[in-house]
Amino acid sequence: MTHGHDEVFDDIDVAPGDEHVEGGGVGLRILGYLTGLGLAILLTATSFFVAGTDLVWEPSIPVALVVLAIAQMGVHLVFFLHITTGADNTNNVLALAFGVLIVILVMGGSLWIMANLNHNMMPMDQIMQMQR
Amino acid sequence: MLGKLTWDAIPLEQPIPMIASGVVALTILAILGWVVIKGHLPYLWREWITSVDHKRIGVMYTLLAMVMLLRGFADAIMMRMQQSVAFHSQGFLPPEHYDQIFSAHGTIMIFFVAMPFMIGLMNFVVPLQLGVRDVAFPTLNSVGFWLTATGALLVNISLVIGEFARNGWLPYPPLSELAYSPGVGVDYYLWSLEISGAGTLVAGINLVTTVLKVRTKGMNYLRMPMFCWTTLATNLLIVAAFPILTATFAMLLLDRYLGFHFFTNEAGGNVMMFVNLIWAWGHPEVYILVLPAFGIFSEVISTFSGKPLFGYRSMVAATMAICILSFMVWLHHFFTMGAGADVNAIFGIATMIIAVPTGVKVFNWLFTMYGGRVRFQTPLLWSIGFMVTFIIGGMTGVLLAVPPADFVLHNSLFLVAHFHNVIIGGVLFGAFAGYTYWFPKAFGFKLHEGLGRAAFWCWLIGFYVAFMPLYVLGLLGMTRRMQHYDVAQWRPWLIVAACGATLIMCGIAFQIAQLVVSIRQRAQLRDETGDPWDGRSLEWATTSPPPAFNFAFLPEVTGEDAFWQFKKRAAEQPGAEEMPEYRDIEIPRNSATGFVCAFFATVMGFALIWHIWWMVAVGAIGAFATFVVFAWRDHDEDTVPADEVARIDGSSRAQRHAILSREAAE
Amino acid sequence: MSTVALTDTHHGAAIRDWAGAAPKRIVTGYGFWIFILSDMIMFSAFFATYAVLLGQTAGGPSGRELFDLRNVAIETGFLLASSFTCGLASIAADTRSTIWFQLAMAVTCALGLGFLAIEGNEFASLVARGAGPTRSAFLSAFFTLVGCHGLHVSAGILWLLTMMAQVFAKGFRADIQRRILCFALFWHALDIIWIAVFTVVYLIGSAI
Repeated sequence: MTHGHDEVFDDIDVAPGDEHVEGGGVGLRILGYLTGLGLAILLTATSFFVAGTDLVWEPSIPVALVVLAIAQMGVHLVFFLHITTGADNTNNVLALAFGVLIVILVMGGSLWIMANLNHNMMPMDQIMQMQR
Repeated sequence: MLGKLTWDAIPLEQPIPMIASGVVALTILAILGWVVIKGHLPYLWREWITSVDHKRIGVMYTLLAMVMLLRGFADAIMMRMQQSVAFHSQGFLPPEHYDQIFSAHGTIMIFFVAMPFMIGLMNFVVPLQLGVRDVAFPTLNSVGFWLTATGALLVNISLVIGEFARNGWLPYPPLSELAYSPGVGVDYYLWSLEISGAGTLVAGINLVTTVLKVRTKGMNYLRMPMFCWTTLATNLLIVAAFPILTATFAMLLLDRYLGFHFFTNEAGGNVMMFVNLIWAWGHPEVYILVLPAFGIFSEVISTFSGKPLFGYRSMVAATMAICILSFMVWLHHFFTMGAGADVNAIFGIATMIIAVPTGVKVFNWLFTMYGGRVRFQTPLLWSIGFMVTFIIGGMTGVLLAVPPADFVLHNSLFLVAHFHNVIIGGVLFGAFAGYTYWFPKAFGFKLHEGLGRAAFWCWLIGFYVAFMPLYVLGLLGMTRRMQHYDVAQWRPWLIVAACGATLIMCGIAFQIAQLVVSIRQRAQLRDETGDPWDGRSLEWATTSPPPAFNFAFLPEVTGEDAFWQFKKRAAEQPGAEEMPEYRDIEIPRNSATGFVCAFFATVMGFALIWHIWWMVAVGAIGAFATFVVFAWRDHDEDTVPADEVARIDGSSRAQRHAILSREAAE
Repeated sequence: MSTVALTDTHHGAAIRDWAGAAPKRIVTGYGFWIFILSDMIMFSAFFATYAVLLGQTAGGPSGRELFDLRNVAIETGFLLASSFTCGLASIAADTRSTIWFQLAMAVTCALGLGFLAIEGNEFASLVARGAGPTRSAFLSAFFTLVGCHGLHVSAGILWLLTMMAQVFAKGFRADIQRRILCFALFWHALDIIWIAVFTVVYLIGSAI
């Protein structure tokens, strides 16, 4: 367990961002970060490649990019922020899930609503033209 | 040098704001003078302004709310009077003023009355109910309060320096854009709410963390009092919704200050995006307002019925369901603005679904009262008044949730009646119930019961007389926010509504009288046991008022209604209480950080409004410096030595034993 | 307070009661985690606005004409590397080795400043080309979203320097350790948001 702070509840809860490395030495922890870095570089390179290539069917490119982005966010969460599915991380994961839910609702809801509105209503500058 | 600020900013030619600000300024000076002359300033600074104690901060939040209630209500009385006389006439308030008045009324009531009242009650009660010494982040708590006070101050300054916004309590573009609102009014609104929004977010983070991580031993989730559950749901909503408000207002500010085109008519701006985002915040906001009230009613109803809350687990489920569902209905605030039938239908159905968990709660409250020994004291009167009133308001809400009906009634007085119905009946009645219920805990003496009842009846009857006519007027076609009108049919209803407002004014007068009389008679009204209502939760286990450290020994909880269990055990085994060994207690140290930070925020806000750029820089640097100074301090806790704890705790134990044995003998 | 109470059960399984208020590190970390989530939601409002206003170029330049993906790749590299060095700083703080901590933080700072320099350069050149935020709704949304992230990075760098100063002045005291934990959470979260930015704004945005 990480040192340099107050008493620790080993089996109840861990602070988000703290690692729970059993007897972990510094080397093991650096390795974790290196793995994360490597995976992230890989995913980033793939994203840039997919965006600019002709090898992928074009309409699927945005979807592919989003999937790669989500994967990379996962890499960050696991390797840099040490969010796990362990019992000591439950509160952290639940809070994250709540945040993600709200993000999806706000973004998805806004896009759906605005698409509907834009479809049904004239663009603003045309309305202004009509009023002159 | 001073940006846009000139002497012309003071509206010398307008009597109403000048008289109002004159009265307020004189009152403030008088109070300040009295405080200084009597030598209370060091006490005030030490015990209240720099306090990080959740109990003190809670009281200050509530006090802010009650003072701002007077300002918001004054706006309401002016609106009612204007609409009574403005038939084929301009009345006494020209449109530019009337528009500012209804905008200020809504802004103040929601942001500076309802929010602080609820946050204040949550702050005061929750750590006591959880059996701990303070919230998770005490200094941050102080920062949050003082930033809210900054927002309130800026809105009130607009009365005498400059003007306020004229677009209603939500600044819809393009009206709120620079082209159509070139004055400082919208800027006052936006900066005031950005600043106080930061304060609210901070309170939200604090209370979520407190409920989830800072509870006493044995206080499992399903043993928490219901008020703590509603606090959790409310503050999760605050944390989720207020960032949207911050972002949306920031975009409007960028449009106004730097010529961006988010919501402008030209260059591709999309006005509806503002409406969409602001209601994505706005709907959760109304649940932020009402959920704490639901919690208060759960506490009051179970205490005054002498029974545990009926259906505790279904209450918890209903609360968390409301929390999630409240983020799925926001389009119902703009059904009429072009979204199309399928979108409208889905949000309409979702809106009706969200009424179901509230219904579950109402039935649980009723079943709690059924079969209990009900004591009809003031807090319970407010609760019963709430149940009747909120149900009517909720039903009109479900009616409005039907898009075709909403097309007829949107932005009419029917809508105005609906939301006042639920906000007054729900939030305000809940606030008053909580205020009466927890007042003895905070100050050591009860509020006068007779005056409380008088206030309740005036408010209840006044509310119905003031707002039921508005339902009729909405159905008769009257639009909201009208400065004058020509339809003879509307006038009698508006006059009745004005009478209702006068009745409410009597209610407020009774409340003020109640406070004054209670303070004078505090010896007779003293709460000597700390448990004036035969309560069920842990806050009643402390003295009234509790010591700074709340509990000499943090309680160990083994079930729901923790304090009720302790009392039963103590009655079964009298005198079996062991006298444990007292220890030193660490309490968080007071800090001026909140107050100083808010001072610089006020400076920044005012400077941003008036385009005084050098002052903005001064404010920003000052605020940052305050945080660095805070970060550099070496001691963040004070120690209360063991013998001091023993002295404080010992005397209260002796007192309570004396009273309990006296009651047992009777 | 660190003992765990086993309640009596009829079912034979041990139920653990809540053992009391969590230690300060967990409380502080969790509170900051909640703040980070609220910040993510704020960014999502800006993202939603960007997505809605994506096509509103008002006859002006669009993403495809304006974005230089080479610079974006370099910015991404800088930020990703800085996340890594921030992780190293966290390890150094836990093992209380001042030199490694200050070194790792200094490198993180340099990488962050490099990121800001490239981004500032990009903004300045866009404005110079007449593609500033006042040109169209699309550009307003672009500058705000990316600029908000840049502001967060700038605030992060101020915080970073303050933490370096604090460790220099007071060592690895418990409360300073907690603040380092919070800083690391913030810095990693900024990189997570940048993933969304470069994907949605630059990569998808240049395809439109």
